[in-house]
Amino acid sequence: MKRFFARNAPAYVFLLPWLIGFFLLALGPILASLYLSFTRYDMVSAPRWIGWGNYEYMFTRDRRFWKALEVTFTYVALAVPARLIMALGVAMLLDKGLRTIGLYRAIFYLPSLLGASIAIAILWRQLFAADGVVNQVLAMVGIQGASWITDPDTSLYTLVVLAMWQFGSPMLIFLAGLRGIPRDLYEAAEIDGTPRWRQFTRITLPLLAPVIFFNLVLQTIDSFKTFSSAFIISNGTGAPADSLLFYTVYLFNEAFKFFRMGYASALAWFLLVIIATFTAIAFFTSKYWVHYENERD
Amino acid sequence: MKTSATDLELAIQMDEAARVAHELRLKRDRQERNGRILKHIFLIIVSCVMLYPLFWLLASSFKPENEIFGSLTLWPSEFRFENYTKGWYALPMSFTVFYVNSAIVTGLSVIGNLVSCSFAAYAFARLNFTGRSFFFALMMMTLMIPYHVVLIPQYVQFLNLGWVDTYLPLVVPRFLASDAFFIFLMVQFFRQLPRELDEAAMIDGCSPFKIYWAIILPLSLPAMGTAAIFSLIWVWEDFLAPLIYLNDIKSYTVPLALRLFLDQEGQSAYGQMFAMSVLSLVPVVIFFVLFQKLIVRGIATSGMK
Repeated sequence: MKRFFARNAPAYVFLLPWLIGFFLLALGPILASLYLSFTRYDMVSAPRWIGWGNYEYMFTRDRRFWKALEVTFTYVALAVPARLIMALGVAMLLDKGLRTIGLYRAIFYLPSLLGASIAIAILWRQLFAADGVVNQVLAMVGIQGASWITDPDTSLYTLVVLAMWQFGSPMLIFLAGLRGIPRDLYEAAEIDGTPRWRQFTRITLPLLAPVIFFNLVLQTIDSFKTFSSAFIISNGTGAPADSLLFYTVYLFNEAFKFFRMGYASALAWFLLVIIATFTAIAFFTSKYWVHYENERD
Repeated sequence: MKTSATDLELAIQMDEAARVAHELRLKRDRQERNGRILKHIFLIIVSCVMLYPLFWLLASSFKPENEIFGSLTLWPSEFRFENYTKGWYALPMSFTVFYVNSAIVTGLSVIGNLVSCSFAAYAFARLNFTGRSFFFALMMMTLMIPYHVVLIPQYVQFLNLGWVDTYLPLVVPRFLASDAFFIFLMVQFFRQLPRELDEAAMIDGCSPFKIYWAIILPLSLPAMGTAAIFSLIWVWEDFLAPLIYLNDIKSYTVPLALRLFLDQEGQSAYGQMFAMSVLSLVPVVIFFVLFQKLIVRGIATSGMK
């Protein structure tokens, strides 16, 4: 007993801040929000148990919940592939045949660092405004641009473009992955006269699969959590016509504008389920489509 | 005689082959050079498109109000520095207050992250203890949890503690290693350091804390630097947590002030709003330029955003 204590005590001292944080800021709140999701709670009176009421309302009667799901899933389905294709394309350009890539790498990465800031969201509103930069560029080639931000049909695409603009970090991860592919594979393929496209589908894609998978999971989870830019561009409400009603924006409004804390907790838990599902799917299916090089013998 | 004829033929053939090979090599070099030039042209165009919005923002912050829209040029007809001087005082509080607030929150948060995350990472990476893999798995799972799920109970908790409208809800979690990303980053780095160092130090009678302080930390400055820069930039740009916890304009951070600007003055004073937006990005850009190498390496090794 004494030895057990002596062996473990130092480690747990180091772990203590994280352990306290884990119980008070992660596990505790997760369980608390599970409890709250079964109650009606407005922060004035004590939470009142209503069973499955919140979830029932959410799935059967709340149109805005379904709208928020639609907006968020559409966004994820467009933004993640767009960003990853951009990232992979540019990474492949940078990977081969150029001597110095430092400056390009820096320029392409910078938007990823700035993209989450309020300043950029403010800038984006003006770029896509009716008299904004985008429309002026379009006018030069004779296209009459829309009022991108205020038109419910196009507003979401402005955020997809913002997401594409921030392809820097998956690009860096792709670059590291491409560096790991042995050069002699390409040389052998070159001697065999394999066309470039086949080299891409037969060498690059399979060997890069773990990295693609990693980026895909990371970016998907990240995109579900999009908040600041959607909040600023939609004036905090999901406008116009709820076309920017991101799930997180809806959740925020239910909780901190209308103080429907119980219902917002139910929304939060459903978000956790969605993200956990995506992570799990990616994880458990990865062995069918990801080939790790040292796995084959 | 016959042999020398074949020799001659052979020599000619070899010469021919060498010539063809040389030509092929030249052709390949030429193709490669052309390809390189094409690539550079393409990448330069992409770079310009990527940077144009940022330069437009910068240019607009100096332009007179009527020149901002309806023009793509990046050179103002006259430089209006008063966008900066007026914008600084356009809100009920001056931006000095907001920058001081942001600096306080960011500074404390970075310290909190570095101390608490390196403690946890040291335990996970270098110490043997019962339950290590269990807790490590738990830590990795917290990476996945969206902030929105813990937000409401945390808010209730902090409200009951009387912490709303103070910086405590923003800073204290960072001293409790709530940004598990950094633990993961540091664990990756600590693991690469040779074990023999710890063992030798232990034989010399060093305590685990001494090993952490005198061996691990000094050898991990790149990892600590990466964590510090990322945490600095993320906290500086953080919007959701300040939005929820800070209601009094006196305690606003810079992102909240910008949002207020957008709501109050945005429709009439674009130049000033852009000027303040530019200023809010300046610290991030400076840190990026100074510590670019650390940032790039940090992403490549840990896969952070």
